[in-house]
Amino acid sequence: MTMQAIADLWNYYVVIFLMMAGLFMVISRQNLVKKLVGLSIFQTSVFLFYITLGKMAGGTAPILVDDPSVVYSNPLPHVLILTAIVVGVSTTALGLALVLRINEAFGSIEEDELLAAKAEAALARPNRRRQADKDGHHHDS
Amino acid sequence: MVIIMTASALIQNLPALLVAIPLLLAAVVTLVPVPAFAWVISLAAVGASFVIALLLHSVTMTGVEISYYLGNWEPPWGIEFVVDSATSMTLVIMMGLAFIATLAARHLIAAEVALADCGKTYAAWLLVCGGLSGLVMTADAFNLFVFLEISALSSVILIAMGAGTDRRSLIAAFNYLIIGAVGATFYVIGIGFVYAVTGTLNMADLALRLPEIEHSIVIFVGFGFMIAGILVKAAVFPVHVWLPAAYSYAPSAVSILLAAIATKASIYVLARLIFTVFGGFPEMIGSALTMVIIPLSVMGIFVGTIMAIYESDIKKLLAQSSIAQIGYITLGFGLASKSGVAAGFIHIGNHALIKGGLFMAVAGFFTAMRNRVDLNSLIGMGHRMPITATAFVICGLSLIGLPLTAGFISKLYLVRAMLETDSYLLVGIVLASSALSLIYIWKIIEVMWMQPAAHDAPKLSENPAVYMPLWMLAGLNLWFGFDASWMVASAEFAAKALIGAGL
Repeated sequence: MTMQAIADLWNYYVVIFLMMAGLFMVISRQNLVKKLVGLSIFQTSVFLFYITLGKMAGGTAPILVDDPSVVYSNPLPHVLILTAIVVGVSTTALGLALVLRINEAFGSIEEDELLAAKAEAALARPNRRRQADKDGHHHDS
Repeated sequence: MVIIMTASALIQNLPALLVAIPLLLAAVVTLVPVPAFAWVISLAAVGASFVIALLLHSVTMTGVEISYYLGNWEPPWGIEFVVDSATSMTLVIMMGLAFIATLAARHLIAAEVALADCGKTYAAWLLVCGGLSGLVMTADAFNLFVFLEISALSSVILIAMGAGTDRRSLIAAFNYLIIGAVGATFYVIGIGFVYAVTGTLNMADLALRLPEIEHSIVIFVGFGFMIAGILVKAAVFPVHVWLPAAYSYAPSAVSILLAAIATKASIYVLARLIFTVFGGFPEMIGSALTMVIIPLSVMGIFVGTIMAIYESDIKKLLAQSSIAQIGYITLGFGLASKSGVAAGFIHIGNHALIKGGLFMAVAGFFTAMRNRVDLNSLIGMGHRMPITATAFVICGLSLIGLPLTAGFISKLYLVRAMLETDSYLLVGIVLASSALSLIYIWKIIEVMWMQPAAHDAPKLSENPAVYMPLWMLAGLNLWFGFDASWMVASAEFAAKALIGAGL
């Protein structure tokens, strides 16, 4: 493979690297926040993939000018990614909100500790919590 | 000048209203402080959606295909909603079940969710309904991703609302969020590949342009990513791992809604992608169906059923059984024949009725006992709560596929479709797994009816707010077992719209 080919496909190598790194983090990290970081990296790699698709070498913004020699970039993938970024941000926000609640309820955000706590919860009946809810002390302290 | 919206203008805009009504009212409901009032608004929104779905269905059953251009931007540039007979059948089933689930939701949500959170819960409830309608109707591959995430994120919120009764729901919700987001991102990667070679996102346009592309390897990769992503959302074995915990720790009302309609929409999308968008590649689809979908379905059927047999927590048991039932639906699609796809659609409808009913019965037990429903707590329940327990038995028998229940019709048409394609091994698998499902349903029935309740067991009151909708579902299970003509005719029409004369 020539240097030229590597340079031409440089963006795609970066995309693949980020994609794998993100997915690996999601799967391998025990910490829930790190999982979310991994997820964000994974999603961002896809944004980069789309943006690379739409970019023409030497292309400019798609505003029509009276010059047939002007090359335009494809705006559609870029617009799609605006939407995907919004979706990604809301996913991360919701995930972080859940992590906060998990920390309040279990006192930990490490997956192995949560699994142990879950096993305890399976043994103990949730009746006491329900009673507390009925008395009006709903929000976990 | 006063602008009066005529009836015909209203009918033309029905597909958009089906999404707009729940989404807009969701914003209103968030601000309503009184749960009963929020419920009334939600019920009205879901009821209106159901009526719209029925109207669309009656139009498409005449062979018309409704196409709606959002903002009057013509496809392939603008986003298009397409409603054909397959879409409208899925919509009627989803919105009908959502309506019955909403009927039961008032009592269940008030019992399990903190007062201050009720309005927001109904808002997420409406977002799920609107999002799933959009997911089914959209004919734009990227717009589909947006609806997928609207419905998934609001499902995550609904599942997490179970934290009031069981804090494990938070972890279940988080896992669903992560796994679902990875699945959806896979789908987006797939679209990227397909868009790169075709330059279009409209599904009908894609179906036309894809076969002209020379670089079929790119399409193959894109297809793989898209299908893998949707399989996660549809909870097909082995990417179903998020489902059992999510369904079993969610609030009862949410379990009913999600079990009845959430995965159905994704399964429909799976069929839509395979048979219409990539319909121009019969070889690729054929190998994907016989080498991936059918083996995964068969494994899902057995793993789900066997896990259910060894499970004693009833909500988890039902969730495991859902994995098996999803397997039956995808198995029908895997046959790639018109009757196979029709059988899949029949089971989409019947399984929604069955699982909706079973989860609603469990919700009835739960709110009466105020304790997690497992085999021990169900001892003698047939005598303590006869109305709810009888409905549970009817839906349970329907799940097994006993004659005169809806489940029997599903199995009948599935087996018939298999005999047509000479898949005798698959027939044996369906019959064997039905026999196995008898084990886990029977062990519940035995505990409920054959064993006497303990003498000190308190009397339990049955709430009509729960058992009335439950008996609607039980009644429908019997009705569609007795006269399945609506279901069968709609499903055959749906199959015709999806694969036409065949691959």
